[in-house]
Parts: sequence; C-alpha cells; structure tokens
Amino acid sequence: MRAILKREFRAYFQSPLGYVFFSAMFFFSGYYFFTYNLYGSTTNMTKLFELLFPVVLFLVPVLTMRLLSEEKRLGTDQLLLTAPVSRTAIVVGKYLAAVAVFCIAIAATLLQAVVMSLFAWPDWPVIIGNFTGLLLLGVTLIAICLFLSSLTESQLVAAILGFVVSLFLMLIDALAVVVSGDLLRSILRGLSFGDRYTPFTIGVLELPNVIFFLSTSFLFLALTVVMLDKERWS
Amino acid sequence: MIDVQHITKRYGDKLALDDVSFGVRLGEVLGLLGLNGAGKSTAMNIITGFIGATRGTVTVGGHDVVQEPIEAKRLIGYLPERLAFYGDMRVREYLDFVCDLKGVKQGRAEHVAGICEQVGIAHMTSRLVRNMSKGYRQRLGFAQALVGDPQVLILDEPTAGLDPSQIVEIRALIQHLGETRAVMISSHILSEIQAVCNRIVVLHEGRVMADDTPENLTTALRASHQLVARILGLPEDVEAALSRVDQITTLKMLGQREANAYEYLIEGPEGSDIRVEVFRALAEADLPLLDARGKETSLERVFLRLVDQPVAEVA
Repeated sequence: MRAILKREFRAYFQSPLGYVFFSAMFFFSGYYFFTYNLYGSTTNMTKLFELLFPVVLFLVPVLTMRLLSEEKRLGTDQLLLTAPVSRTAIVVGKYLAAVAVFCIAIAATLLQAVVMSLFAWPDWPVIIGNFTGLLLLGVTLIAICLFLSSLTESQLVAAILGFVVSLFLMLIDALAVVVSGDLLRSILRGLSFGDRYTPFTIGVLELPNVIFFLSTSFLFLALTVVMLDKERWS
Repeated sequence: MIDVQHITKRYGDKLALDDVSFGVRLGEVLGLLGLNGAGKSTAMNIITGFIGATRGTVTVGGHDVVQEPIEAKRLIGYLPERLAFYGDMRVREYLDFVCDLKGVKQGRAEHVAGICEQVGIAHMTSRLVRNMSKGYRQRLGFAQALVGDPQVLILDEPTAGLDPSQIVEIRALIQHLGETRAVMISSHILSEIQAVCNRIVVLHEGRVMADDTPENLTTALRASHQLVARILGLPEDVEAALSRVDQITTLKMLGQREANAYEYLIEGPEGSDIRVEVFRALAEADLPLLDARGKETSLERVFLRLVDQPVAEVA
C-alpha cells in the first residue's frame, strides 16, 4: 500500500493537477480569509469554512478523477493487479494519497488561524471544529469520487459524475424542504452533507456526524474494491 | 511450479479457453503457441491473477492464485503483451516503484543495477519512460518482470518490437533464466518457440491441441510415407529401380541439384513407411543416395497441421 501511496502522491506533483488543486484551494481560502477576517476585522472563521464547503464539493472531483480511470485507460492497472498487492491496498493507497494532498491544501486555513493568533485571540475550539468538519467532508467526498473513477476509463466522465454528485449534495437540503412525504423528506435529510457539516462550523463535534462521514467513506472504499474485483471476473 | 487444471474462460458467449490443463516445472521453458486469438494471453492473465477463470484452478508454487493471491504473485514475474508504463517516471524511478510493489528492500540498488545490465538498459536509467523507443520499453518491461528474482517468469510475446540483435540477446537471456526458473513464454512466432523452449503447448480456439517437446511434435507428425531424396544417377535408372517398389504410388522429379544428382519426391500410401524399401531398391541398382529427408520437418508445418490450417505445398 505504501508503494501505491508514494507513487500517487508523487504523481500529483509530476503533473499540473496537484498544483492546480493547491492554487484553487489557496486562492479561495486566501480570498475568503482576506474578505471576512482581515477586511472584516474578525477572528471568527466560520464564514470562511462555510464558503469552503461548495469549493471542496467542486474541487475534489478534479483531484480524484484520474485515480483509477487513468490506470484503466492506459492499462497501467495490469502492473498493480498482477503485483503481490491486494486490491484493498491499491484502493486505500490511492485514497490516502488524495487525502494527503487534500490535507495539505486545507492546512492553509490553520496557517491563517495561526497568523491571526499572533495579533488576536481566535476561538480555537470553533476553528478546530470547522477544520475537522472540512476534513471529514473532504475525505468522504474523495472516497465517493474514487468510486466514481473506478466506473469509467475516462477522466472527464469521472469528473462529471463527481460534479453531479456534488451538485446533488448541495441541492439536497433545498430539495428536502420542498418534497412532499415524510419518508422521502427524512431520507433526503439523512443523506444531507450540509446538515452534518453545519454543527462543525459552530464548533460542535457530534459523534453521529463524525460516524456518518467515516462510515460513508468506508462504504465507498469497500464499493471501489468490489468494483475492481468485479472487473476481474467479468 | 505452475499447475493449470481444467481452466475455462468465458467472455459472454465467447469461449476463450476450454478446459485447458498443463504444468511448468522448475528448469523448464514452456512455449505457449497459437494463432492470434487462440487464448494465450487469456491463459497468462489468469495464471497471474489479472483476470479470473470461469472454471478450473491455477496454483503457482503450491499457492492457489484465487485463494492465496499475494503468495502466488510473489513468485511471479510477468511481462504482459502490452505493458503500459507511467510515462512521467524515469527508468530508475519506475523500477524502484516495482521494487516497492514487490517488497524488495535489501540490496535494492545492486539488484536493480544487475537487472538493468542484464537487459541492456543500464545506460538509460535516468531516461523518462515516455521518451524511450519501443524496443527499450520492451526491455524495461522485461526488467520489471525480473525484479524480486521471481521463480516463475511469464512472458507474453517477449521479443515483440525488438530488432534482430536484441531478439537474439533476449532469447539467450530467457534460456539462461530458464535453467533455474519455471519460464512460460507465448508467441505465434514458431522459430522463437523452437529456439528457446523445452516444451510446447499448442493452443487453438481456446483448446490444447498438443503438449510435447518440439522434437517429439515434429517427429510424431513427420510423414514417413513421403520422402525427398537426392540420388546420383540418370533419372531413367532411378525410375526403373524405384518402379520395382510396390509401395511407391508417386515418383516426381524435383530437379537437378548437383552434377548427375537429381532430387525426387517419393510417396507411398498414407500411413506406410517407404524408407527401407526405397533404400534397398537404390542399393540394388547401385544408385547412391546422397541425401534423404522426411517431407515434414519444420515446426511450422506441424503447427499448421495441428490447428488445421492449409499447408502450402513445398518441396
């Protein structure tokens, strides 16, 4: 697994993808930090993290689109699948590489908080809560998009599928308000990422929300392994 | 080392392999021979665990490739037919990655350097893979198969894309490696199989048509009722001498080959052996037999017979 993780992590920086992802994340977090914290003269970073929610939803598919689809298109998966490495290790290795890149990208927000702490007293529990929420959102979305990448040989299709899922996750809260029927509404509410993310932005760390994100990640990683195994027998 | 038992592979309605069984021992180079689409690559992909068989079992070094895939794959070095590379990697980096995948830790630098030397890419270790020629990429593919010093080597069309001098080098390397390992190569080039293999499995439309040594395959299918003979003497004398042999059904002069020596195609009924009678008749007539050979001697003809393809008539 370490071999795959190392290779994938390095691959992000051997192509423009990693740099583009970092640039976009740093741009948005820097812009919101300047607008709301520096210009607004506040140490409350909640608004910044709220605004990063849709940014992450739309940038993560770009980060993950090539992970498995590119291997399949080029045929490089043959080396991995005939090496003494389990399919689970392949999936987890790729997943952790994307998670590592994502962590570095959102670490900028912590750096901003540290800079602020030199001049003022930021509310650290709220910042840590916000950061944890963003991290959990990201790792879950990476797992979902990794699964989508295993469904196709085209990076573009994988990215589009990721955007569709992201859009659905953004609209789901609005949809839950307008649909009739309690069952459907409660299903949509249950699937809502926004509802689970909001408590983190006010510094509330609820265990069910943590479990929701982690179990969703686990489910999609397991599905990705199943997809790889299914291809072997098809 | 490799034991393939009754494997069948179905792709929808198409039967790619049909109840295929064979084995490869240590110190043996087995050639998997077949026309394009015969099922060679499918068989290799199943043995290496890349795809699963619809039925049947494969064990490598006693490990079932489905039940104990990691243990089985640890013993295998595999060069697929079309090995794809990460173009953004350098040769050294790529081989390091393969070392990581195969868990090679100790003495890695020497190991990789030795392999690069063996396959002739020692001077290219800092080259980007995407900038290498097809022949060098094939050598790199060979190198990655050798990483970890595997006991089993599975090489799908190992000399594809190489120039003639490279082909000779790689064949020699395969023979050398085959002395201490179980090696399996696939090819539709018969001369290649004949040059390096101790045993041949002929696959046709997913079925095993033959499993034997190249010599036995040639001998078993050599037609003893057909003889190409070079005889010293006048054609009239030869015809008169051989007309006394009842078994001969056809006598055809193929042309003059030396001074006063002519070559003849002599045939008897299918299944008969005319060699002894022909020799006696010529000896009695005092007509020296300069050369004689069975008509079918090349593996090409044997192969085409086995897979039921038309054989062009040649003298």
